[in-house]
Amino acid sequence: MLDAYPLARSGMRPRRVCGKPCGVREIPVDEVADTVRRLCVEANHELRGDHVDALRRAREREESPIGQEVLDRLLANAEVSARERIAFCQDTGYAVCFLEIGQDVHFTGGSLAAALDRGVAEGYREGYLRASLVRSPVDRTNTGDNTPAMVHYDLVEGSGVRLTLLVKGAGCDNMSALRMLTPAAGVEGMKRFVVETIEAAGPSASPPVTVGIGMGGTFDRAAVLAKKALTREPTGSPSPVPELAELEAELVDAIDATGIGPAGFGGTVTTVAVHVEAYPTHIAAFPVAVNLDCHSHRVRTVTL
Amino acid sequence: MTGSRDASLASTPASKARKSPTSIRLPLDADTVRELRSGDSVLLSGPLVTGRDAAHARFAAAIDAGEDLPFDPAGETLYFVGPTPARPGHPIGAAGPTTASRMDAWSPLLVERGLRGMIGKGRRSDAVQDAMREHGCVYFGAIEGTAALLSQCVTSSEVIAYADLGAEAVHRLEVRDFPALVVNDLHGGDLYRDGPARWRRAPR
Repeated sequence: MLDAYPLARSGMRPRRVCGKPCGVREIPVDEVADTVRRLCVEANHELRGDHVDALRRAREREESPIGQEVLDRLLANAEVSARERIAFCQDTGYAVCFLEIGQDVHFTGGSLAAALDRGVAEGYREGYLRASLVRSPVDRTNTGDNTPAMVHYDLVEGSGVRLTLLVKGAGCDNMSALRMLTPAAGVEGMKRFVVETIEAAGPSASPPVTVGIGMGGTFDRAAVLAKKALTREPTGSPSPVPELAELEAELVDAIDATGIGPAGFGGTVTTVAVHVEAYPTHIAAFPVAVNLDCHSHRVRTVTL
Repeated sequence: MTGSRDASLASTPASKARKSPTSIRLPLDADTVRELRSGDSVLLSGPLVTGRDAAHARFAAAIDAGEDLPFDPAGETLYFVGPTPARPGHPIGAAGPTTASRMDAWSPLLVERGLRGMIGKGRRSDAVQDAMREHGCVYFGAIEGTAALLSQCVTSSEVIAYADLGAEAVHRLEVRDFPALVVNDLHGGDLYRDGPARWRRAPR
């Protein structure tokens, strides 16, 4: 059989794999595993700087003395965790990976999925992070190493890979919700649903929360969009779409108006950021997913 | 119990002045529990027992089967926590509270048997609150997301039951100046209800 990939096998670059230059780039899966390992430790030990800034801004606008005390403690906690190399929240969560993979990328040296899991297992061991996953909702035996990673793959143009790790606690994920609204319910119905979700979550989502909202698509697409919306950086940066940015500002006000406050003890700040993502949907549909993230916001994005 | 007004906070406009925290020795006695009021800030020192979802399921199964519990709940304070693994030389890893409502189905079983305090985060059901008032148990809210700070208040930790549950095993902890707020007192106070009600406003 004709060997179509002799140069690729030789590891030389650039290589021709289809008779003309295609710019296929090889990425060893070990590099992916090592990146995931590093990000798991970093995300759990160091609250991202822009999120610390978001909490500081929350502290400035918080009027309740208890709320101020809670925010002071959260900021102090972030310092101690980074210094002592200890997780800033004991629920070191699900390891959610978003991968945007350039279509000209070829992963080498084994299974990509296995490499992601290996990275999680090694990172959680190295960072003294809690293994929090069980085999299934029925067989609740701990998997022992916090695997499997919860992975979302997107194929995009180019030869790069964008990898985002979101460490997601269960307390706030449990309080998330999805509803298939009607077009008639409209944006007002959507806002009511978001506020209802926040009210029902109350202290359990560990406010001040980051709110990820996915609107449109299908039932499943909305949920993934909502989760991905949480990873926007920096925390609280507005959507580039003007009408969505306006909606985000209105929702911040409506959520803060609930008075739930830091840790749910009452106060003027219940959310540090609302990130809304929208996608085309059906003429008969208005799916809305609301994914909540606690104040222990653990997100890292890198490009490979 | 002692406490004095904090001058800097007392002068904050539109605020209820915060009392400085009250230091409390564990195990809790009935008089102390009766004096506590929703919203009080406390620093707890002494022994705690830990337990969360899987341990509570086993407590209930033991009670069902007429077996002894791995600890006598009478007078104890139970902390809903599943810590991260301890680094060498440390008694415990990150150790913040988990959502208490997941234990609601089981908590009355322990409260009826004399449990005097619970520490967690999030609201409790009406049934749990009724049992607490009836039997003299108070619910403290610790601040979730301060797990690194709280771990520094733990001076020792040992597994006393269900070691196979790992992070969910029942531990005996010794804590020093562990900060918490009284959420549900014996007099109908509920900080998760009353706090937000005070700050609720109309959207702009």
